[in-house]
Amino acid sequence: MELLLDILFNGVAIGSVLLVAALGLAIVFGLMGVINLAHGELMMVGAYTTYVTQLVFKLPLLKPYYNSYLIISIFLAFIVSGVVGIILEKTIIRKLYGSPLETLLATWGVSLILQQFVRSVPLAYGAGLIISLVLALFIPTLFPLKIKDSINVKYYNLSAWIISAFSGVLTASWISSSISRLSRPDSRNVDVTAPAWMRGQIEILGTNFPKTRLIIILITLISVIAITLFLNQSAWGLRIRAVTQNRQMSDCLGISTEKVDILTFGIGSGLAGVAGVAVSLLGSVGPNVGGNYIVGCFMVVVLGGVGNLLGTIIASFGIGIMTDLIGAGRLLTIWPQMPLPLATTIDFFATTSMARVMIFTLIVIFLQFKPTGLFPQKGRMVEN
Amino acid sequence: MSLNRLNLNKITTLSIWIILIAVIIAAPTILPVFRLNLLGRYLSLAIVALGVDLIWGFTGLLSLGQGIFFALGGYCAAMYLQITSSSEFPNNIPEFFALYGVNNLPFFWEPFKSPLFTLIAIWLVPALIAGMLGFLVFRNRIKGVYFSILTQAALLVFFNLFNGQQKLINGTNGLKTDVTQLFGQMVGSESIQRLFFWITAILVIAAWFFSKWVVKGRFGNILIGIRDDEPRVRFTGYNPVIFKTIIFSIAGGLAGISGALYTVQSGIVSPQFMTVPFSIEMVIWVAVGGRGTLLGAILGAVFINYAKSLVSEALPASWMFIQGGLFILVVTALPEGVLGWMKGDGPRNLLQRFGFKRKIETYPSLEVNNKEEN
Amino acid sequence: MNNKSLLNLIDITVSFEGFLALNKLNLNLLKGELRAVIGPNGAGKTTFLDVITGKVKPTKGEVIFKGKSLIGRKEHKIARLGVGRKFQSPRIFENLTVKENLEISVTTPKSPLNLINKKIKNDQLDEIERLMKIVNLSQRVNSKAGSLSHGQKQWLEIAMLVGQKPDLMLVDEPVAGLTDEETDLTADLLKSLSGENTVVVIDHDMEFIRRLESNVSVLNQGTVLCEGTMETIQKDKKVIDVYLGRPED
Repeated sequence: MELLLDILFNGVAIGSVLLVAALGLAIVFGLMGVINLAHGELMMVGAYTTYVTQLVFKLPLLKPYYNSYLIISIFLAFIVSGVVGIILEKTIIRKLYGSPLETLLATWGVSLILQQFVRSVPLAYGAGLIISLVLALFIPTLFPLKIKDSINVKYYNLSAWIISAFSGVLTASWISSSISRLSRPDSRNVDVTAPAWMRGQIEILGTNFPKTRLIIILITLISVIAITLFLNQSAWGLRIRAVTQNRQMSDCLGISTEKVDILTFGIGSGLAGVAGVAVSLLGSVGPNVGGNYIVGCFMVVVLGGVGNLLGTIIASFGIGIMTDLIGAGRLLTIWPQMPLPLATTIDFFATTSMARVMIFTLIVIFLQFKPTGLFPQKGRMVEN
Repeated sequence: MSLNRLNLNKITTLSIWIILIAVIIAAPTILPVFRLNLLGRYLSLAIVALGVDLIWGFTGLLSLGQGIFFALGGYCAAMYLQITSSSEFPNNIPEFFALYGVNNLPFFWEPFKSPLFTLIAIWLVPALIAGMLGFLVFRNRIKGVYFSILTQAALLVFFNLFNGQQKLINGTNGLKTDVTQLFGQMVGSESIQRLFFWITAILVIAAWFFSKWVVKGRFGNILIGIRDDEPRVRFTGYNPVIFKTIIFSIAGGLAGISGALYTVQSGIVSPQFMTVPFSIEMVIWVAVGGRGTLLGAILGAVFINYAKSLVSEALPASWMFIQGGLFILVVTALPEGVLGWMKGDGPRNLLQRFGFKRKIETYPSLEVNNKEEN
Repeated sequence: MNNKSLLNLIDITVSFEGFLALNKLNLNLLKGELRAVIGPNGAGKTTFLDVITGKVKPTKGEVIFKGKSLIGRKEHKIARLGVGRKFQSPRIFENLTVKENLEISVTTPKSPLNLINKKIKNDQLDEIERLMKIVNLSQRVNSKAGSLSHGQKQWLEIAMLVGQKPDLMLVDEPVAGLTDEETDLTADLLKSLSGENTVVVIDHDMEFIRRLESNVSVLNQGTVLCEGTMETIQKDKKVIDVYLGRPED
């Protein structure tokens, strides 16, 4: 019983990391048909955001609120990764709708640039740049309609840009002067430490569970619920679904498909940022942190059936539980008297990387029987 | 007009070939050994790029897992070299086995004692594995991005598999070849490396002729048909699964040859050949050179890798930015690649932009009529 | 069953998540027959072709072609048995030349070995010449098919269909987007093909269907509403209600 609970918990913990990481990917891939290989790097951006937030909250000014930095960094990571995603959409992805293979290659290029960016640019400057970009995107939305229609709009835009740039430079110089660690480029891995209340273990049903794992599960749960509610209950969610179903018709009905594209991609990217917060709690953060997850995320999406949130959830937990079962050699514990050849085989796969080999192989075998995943899209339009 | 265009294309292609062959012939005398060795490596990469062009440029299958077949070819070559140079080590087996306390040669090493078997295995093993994997995937009509994702997953599977097997193939350390013996000399020695340069150069040209032979005529047209409209090919009575499996298998075989040549010239094969970035890079060589042009694949592989080594020597940090930018640029601005751009309207449009007027194309009949009026 | 029967659809039902695209459809085609199939949008015309060519597997029912069941066969196997299909919008290989397109269609056997090894047979070359003359594309032999006009593309696809030498030709809206003159020529072409071949034409264009002078099947809500000559179906009350509309409307 205890063992079963253990497997279930570990599986769910592994699965929830996968799920929160795959969630944004599932949205971007499922709703927009974009293969975003930079998704892992958007996670990395989220993880670094957590790291910077943590350091900022160690400053005397914010020290009293240090315990709550993680909650704030979830929102910040969502915004930062979301804004990076929006810029990506506005500059590159937009030109490539309808050709997923091209998005795959272009976003790979973006991922290389983002990786090298955090290696060779001081994080303080990065933070400043992000502040400028957020403001530059945000301020023009505050203009009243009257200004937007007038001919003077370019002056307003210009002033908005100047304010944004100025705030960015200010932030960058403030951070780099007050936190010397962030003023130099640093390609080594960094560590995010959870605040004291999140460290240690908690006892449930006689078993000890690490608190960080529970928090990750919680983050995942909230993200899934929020995104489900947003897509199914809100007006913008309806618009997003409408554009997914029939872009031209939605356009004719007065839905701004451009805004919907930005929003969808922004949310998908923002979720990657949230996943980055979760990932930063598990180990050290480095430029390659996202790359470790990306293939697993795509496996989740393909296994679950593209464009199906429920499938994504089941697939991530399925993969999570299987990883624990195989990777930790659990079957041997469950059934100690198993015949020797079988035991050797299981032993052979009882490491994290070999478990991956086994699981990917199982997925490929599974796709032999259900090529479109657990929950395929149906109907006559599928072929096209 | 179209005749004119055709001639222009032929002249371009021909002059590129002349330059390429001139470089290959001149290189051994002009370049220092170190640079010659680099050029040889990059030429060997041109062979895997030809395979990528066959499956992606012509057939529309974007594989992100060519590293698997590349590495397999490399391992085949390295196993032969290690095993034939192991007479002075304990148990007459390669040195690394002793580190892990292995006394008996694993069974799958045995056949690699034969040079003939090795020469066949270098291309046949990757081709067979590619064919098998391909068949399983194509049979289920998994295509487009799903195919790409699955090949990437397969790459990760093979990487982890090879990375973890110390006792069988020295795991993450890989197999060294530069200290092994061939024809009584060190493989890393200058004379052997010069020999390998020539072998590589000849094989690149042979691989080009082979690829050209594959894609010309009706077989190649079916590949293009599959790329552009696969269901239509099916309704015409062809089985795309078989065609795709064959071409994927051919690309796998080419990757194997390429990997073997690269291994003997770089001195080691390791699971690093099967990392995700390397396999994606192969795609960008072809994309930059011009997909569906074959010659573009060769040029792309050689030039980008040469540029990479030059830039990395001068400004190590900037290569990632340049490479990233290259991916974005080629997809958004230059989808036909450099060679495709040159063969198309690219140069004319560029000239036009600088004020050179373009000749207006007219129907031949109109031109004739004009003359009659005059 | 009739000896001369070429294709027999028995109680075909196709359901997409509960929506019945075809509902107990029955249809019998004789050898050499020219048959027009009409029906309002969503009547299941294209699904009907999808079922015969193997693209869609029916939920229930049986398709018998030349005495063999087609259910469960792959598309290319069905094509090799002798079912050819022309698509609604012209689907030709735009990056290949006219000649290469036709080569693909006339080549037999359609195995990779045959394609890579041997030169195209002389009689197949002659067939290509003949087809290009029929559809008036001899001047454009080496043009990329993508550069042809819409009408030329439609004809190239018809030529490709004929080149396949199928026993049964399924032609989906062959005159969509054609000029009146081209429409007439197409009608004559299809008429001349029947007799030797069995042809099924799907279209909305009433004038065109009338010109075919063939038997007409009217499809509605996934089932055959009525069958007969153009005159009979035009008088049929059910057909008038769902499709043709009353003259005074």
